[in-house]
Amino acid sequence: MHKYANPAKFNELADKILPWAIFLTVSCFLAGLYLIFFEAPDDGEQGVRARIMYVHVPAAYAASATYFSLAVASFVALVWRHPLALIAGRAAAPIGAMFTVLALATGALWGKPTWGTYWEWDGRMTSVLILLFFYIGYMALWRAMEDHEKAGRASSILALVGVVNLPIIKFSVDWWNSLHQPASIFRVDGPKIAPELLTPLFVMLVAYQLYFVVVLLWRMKLEIGARKIEMMRQVAMSEGRRV
Amino acid sequence: MSGFAIFRGIVARDVRLAWSQGGTGSMALSFFLIAVSLFPFGVGADPQILAKISSGIIWVVALLACLLSLDRLFQADYEDGSLDDFALSPLGLTGVVYAKILAHWLATIVPLILIAPLLGVMMKLPSEAYGMLMLSLLVGTPALSLLGAIGAALTVSIRRGGVLMSLLVLPLYIPTLIFGVGVVDAVILSGNPHQLLAVLGAVSLVAFAIAPFASAAAIRLALE
Repeated sequence: MHKYANPAKFNELADKILPWAIFLTVSCFLAGLYLIFFEAPDDGEQGVRARIMYVHVPAAYAASATYFSLAVASFVALVWRHPLALIAGRAAAPIGAMFTVLALATGALWGKPTWGTYWEWDGRMTSVLILLFFYIGYMALWRAMEDHEKAGRASSILALVGVVNLPIIKFSVDWWNSLHQPASIFRVDGPKIAPELLTPLFVMLVAYQLYFVVVLLWRMKLEIGARKIEMMRQVAMSEGRRV
Repeated sequence: MSGFAIFRGIVARDVRLAWSQGGTGSMALSFFLIAVSLFPFGVGADPQILAKISSGIIWVVALLACLLSLDRLFQADYEDGSLDDFALSPLGLTGVVYAKILAHWLATIVPLILIAPLLGVMMKLPSEAYGMLMLSLLVGTPALSLLGAIGAALTVSIRRGGVLMSLLVLPLYIPTLIFGVGVVDAVILSGNPHQLLAVLGAVSLVAFAIAPFASAAAIRLALE
């Protein structure tokens, strides 16, 4: 694992993965869009509106999944002091925050015509909103400290504390009377929705995850570059040159 | 000195400091009184509305008062170097953090709990709920001190870190708030708050098990 602690090695690997990942992401999104608009049937009650599900559900899923990767990266950063783990965490947080905002926004737009309200203080919405607060807190704490290493590790501690929210999101629909339906895809006894709905949904889930990988690698490369510039600037300043 | 003597010493010192001149104890208490009395001006003095929201307001303001006083939980000791000393004591940094959290709860939060019934009267809290309001605060507020310590420790090296600390700590407070208010409301609505009270206690216990270790890790980071 520490082989890729070397940023040059990592950049090499990322450059090898990226073209494939981009190709797969674009094809998955195109395939997903085709399936959503030409193959998936209209919902009996909701009509065409139900298709927002294919944007909403993968976003909500990706929001939690990204937080999970953020927590894993934080754990690795704290326990093994792996330098890339800090960078991965920092790179993942804004992507996760964006997924969370997307999930909340599409949820609101879907909720208005079907439930008659943009927002309800329902267990799942509230816990996803709290997830957004954790992302914001993580990013704010990181920006508040000057030392990269210390800022990263402090934020990692916060990210690990925030993990308690993940099971709350997952089980909120079972614990509280919720407008959301109970788990219907990831169940012990297999998915409970019709296959012609499941296929496009699954393609979109994969597309979102691939998108995450692409943007994560991009952001990590950027962050490594930014760290390099910062270090060169410090060296130059210590030598008394103006920068 | 043995670990226990140090523990007692730190608790006694922090409680004294909180109630000496310029300490946070009296300020948090005054804030609690003033902030709760703002609500009748804001939402109107209709007794029925006040009765409905009284438990929620008392809990939310207690939470904010706690947050205000947490700002300096570790910072003064960090700035004058006492924390470096504490970290080397036989008690260990985690033990010191436990002591400081206990002191914070005793000096700042217990007075809020004691004065809460008075605010209940002002806010027209239904009479059957007074005991449960105090009990819910007693069971739930340790979680506020414990979880708040994480935020205070993470921002200890940041000057004017108070606003950032609120951003980090408030999301952690939400479960305590939900179940704390839930207990009081359950007594008014159905008379059976025991289940929620148990969950509230569980939140405090989980915080008791996790928070001091996370706080100590964050302080160690700042001391490096």
